[in-house]
Amino acid sequence: MTATKADIIAQLKRDILPLQGFKTTLNSTVVDAGLGPIKNAFPNSTFPIGAIHEFIAAGVEDTAATGGFVAGIISSIMKPAGATIWISASRTVFPPALKSFGIAPDKIIFIDLKKEKEILWAMEEALKCKGLSAVIGEVQELSFTTSRRLQLAVEQSQVTGFILRRNPCSLNTTACITRWKITPLSSELADDMPGVGFPRWNVALLKVRNGKPGSWQLEFAAGRFRHVSKIAAIPLEQKKKTG
Amino acid sequence: MQKRFLSIWFRHLRTDWFTRRQPDLANTAFILAAPDHGRMIITAANYVAQKQGVEMGMAVADARAIIPSLQVLNDDAELAGKALKGLAAWLIRYTPAVSIDLPSGLILDITGCAHLWGGEKQYLADIQKRLKDFGYDIRIAIADTIGCAWAIARFGKEVSIIESSDQTTALLPLPPAALRLEAETVERLEKLGLRQVKNFISIPRSSLRRRFGPQILLRLDQALGHGEEWIDPVLPIEPYQERLPCLEPIVTATGIEIALQRLLDTLCHRLQQEQKGLRVACFKCYRIDGKMEKMEIGTNRPSCNIKHLFKLFQIKIDTIEPALGIELFTLDASKVENLSAAQEKLWQHNTGLDNIDLSELLDRIAGKIGANNIHRYVPDEHYWPERSFKMASSINEKLQTSWKLDMPRPLQILFKPELIEVTAPIPDYPPMLFRYKGKLHKIIKADGPERIEQEWWLQQGQHRDYYHVEDEEGRRYWLFRSGHYDTPKSYQWFIHGFFA
Repeated sequence: MTATKADIIAQLKRDILPLQGFKTTLNSTVVDAGLGPIKNAFPNSTFPIGAIHEFIAAGVEDTAATGGFVAGIISSIMKPAGATIWISASRTVFPPALKSFGIAPDKIIFIDLKKEKEILWAMEEALKCKGLSAVIGEVQELSFTTSRRLQLAVEQSQVTGFILRRNPCSLNTTACITRWKITPLSSELADDMPGVGFPRWNVALLKVRNGKPGSWQLEFAAGRFRHVSKIAAIPLEQKKKTG
Repeated sequence: MQKRFLSIWFRHLRTDWFTRRQPDLANTAFILAAPDHGRMIITAANYVAQKQGVEMGMAVADARAIIPSLQVLNDDAELAGKALKGLAAWLIRYTPAVSIDLPSGLILDITGCAHLWGGEKQYLADIQKRLKDFGYDIRIAIADTIGCAWAIARFGKEVSIIESSDQTTALLPLPPAALRLEAETVERLEKLGLRQVKNFISIPRSSLRRRFGPQILLRLDQALGHGEEWIDPVLPIEPYQERLPCLEPIVTATGIEIALQRLLDTLCHRLQQEQKGLRVACFKCYRIDGKMEKMEIGTNRPSCNIKHLFKLFQIKIDTIEPALGIELFTLDASKVENLSAAQEKLWQHNTGLDNIDLSELLDRIAGKIGANNIHRYVPDEHYWPERSFKMASSINEKLQTSWKLDMPRPLQILFKPELIEVTAPIPDYPPMLFRYKGKLHKIIKADGPERIEQEWWLQQGQHRDYYHVEDEEGRRYWLFRSGHYDTPKSYQWFIHGFFA
């Protein structure tokens, strides 16, 4: 009796997932850029494609870290050939740098707009377009209604949307499937070599629908993410390595 | 019905063409010249120049010796064809079948057309007068056959209408060149003393063929009307334009949409049949108060997709002010390109830059907020960071070089490097501290310097020594010092970017 009840509950949970935006289509790509344990935070243990992800960034350093993490994910969505649209108001991305995150910068179309309203319009149009791999939009504020419009748009087209919010005034509820916050961490090189190492971030999954939020330390090296087990607590003076 | 042909010979086609465009050339001697084996050879001379002894085929230097004030213009090999094509299109008002007869003539099939002008005489006079008014020096002849009309126009007397079945008599006194023979054959006939058609027209055909080849028989037959000859009429390109007049003036947006839909249906149907797609289209609304409203769209790649084009126009429909009403709609495609129909794949979903959905999306965005807001970048061969990439001219532009990966580049860049205060040990150690926007950053790790020199052929100024640094909180920056450490302290420190 209990077994059947558990089965029913499991079945119902599986039925609810597509209704909440976690759709798995037959030929959708599975993102595996070395996300590893992070994937267990999502339902079905897969990074949700065809959904809207929200990223919060406090300053320009956080924006850079967020951009790096997003670029790493997009590079595996875009494989082997794909196009991405990057919509922003005041774009500060340096296109050649995207290459080091595995994206061909010429495959990205940048759209520079002035008003937030125009950005959201363009983003909705872009998210409806089936010919794209991903859409990145830089906005400051995102109301619940707009986020729901965007989420409905992607459910048809299965395009993955990334919203980068820099210094948002309020962290309101949105219809986005996840909310992330990426902050930079000190890099480290093997064997105490001097110099700056691979980009390393603290990836905090603040919210995820039907999943388990968490926080991880990641490094982007050789085209994939790598988990950093522990950050050694070394005093500043000893850590000092310039050269 | 007896066929009638009219042949026009432009005696100075190319020079007249120039005179028509530059009327002040009319009374000056000028020539057209083209390079040949390192010399400038005259390819055409106007009447004034010819009268003073300048001939075709002369070197320009020789002609200058004869006429010191000679004007020399550059010749274009395609000019004659272009000019004749324009004239042929214009002459369609006289007959539907006009063909180009290179290098300097036109042939009109006027069968059944002349009576509309009140007879062949008036018909011919009208053409002659109007072409003369344009400034062309012409000779015209009408005859039963193309060959005869051609011969009379170039070699005949002033009477230029050859009555039906009179062509044999008309041809008899003409030289053999009038039969459109090869220069070699003409020369051989001259050598043999056969200087007029009547000298050899009665020679048995088998002998003529044996001595001069089959061409002379063919040309004779064509001129006399025993052999068939066809012309290849010029087909004017019908403009891609559709009109929709309205019984009642239209004032509502719905009405405009219906009109637009109808026009697009017919235009796209035609484009589809001709395997073409439009790049630029203009929708014009003529209002009853005499004003005209219009909206224009452009597409990234040729398209005849009604739904997509309708959507592009729909974004702009609210800019049209119908006022008292619109009585006529027109839609014309001013730029049309060949559309290669792509094979549609059922399962494989292609998401590259050549995806049609994507280009349609960009058209919509461009239509709403302007194409200058959409950018795509390709690498450029420069080390200077600001110049290391350039805007792609189109969505399909291929990469000339590859993106460089050898040196680290920041993901976020400042459009203009910002001045910072730095404490750095000399000679070229990375900074120890720097202050940016009032915040002190203590540098723990650093890479560098990477020296990037100014490209002196583009810009003058100091070189930059870039450092990739990380502060105590793990934030990574791209700093540079412009210039050397020197006594007048001309060097400065800047922050240029933020690493991921």
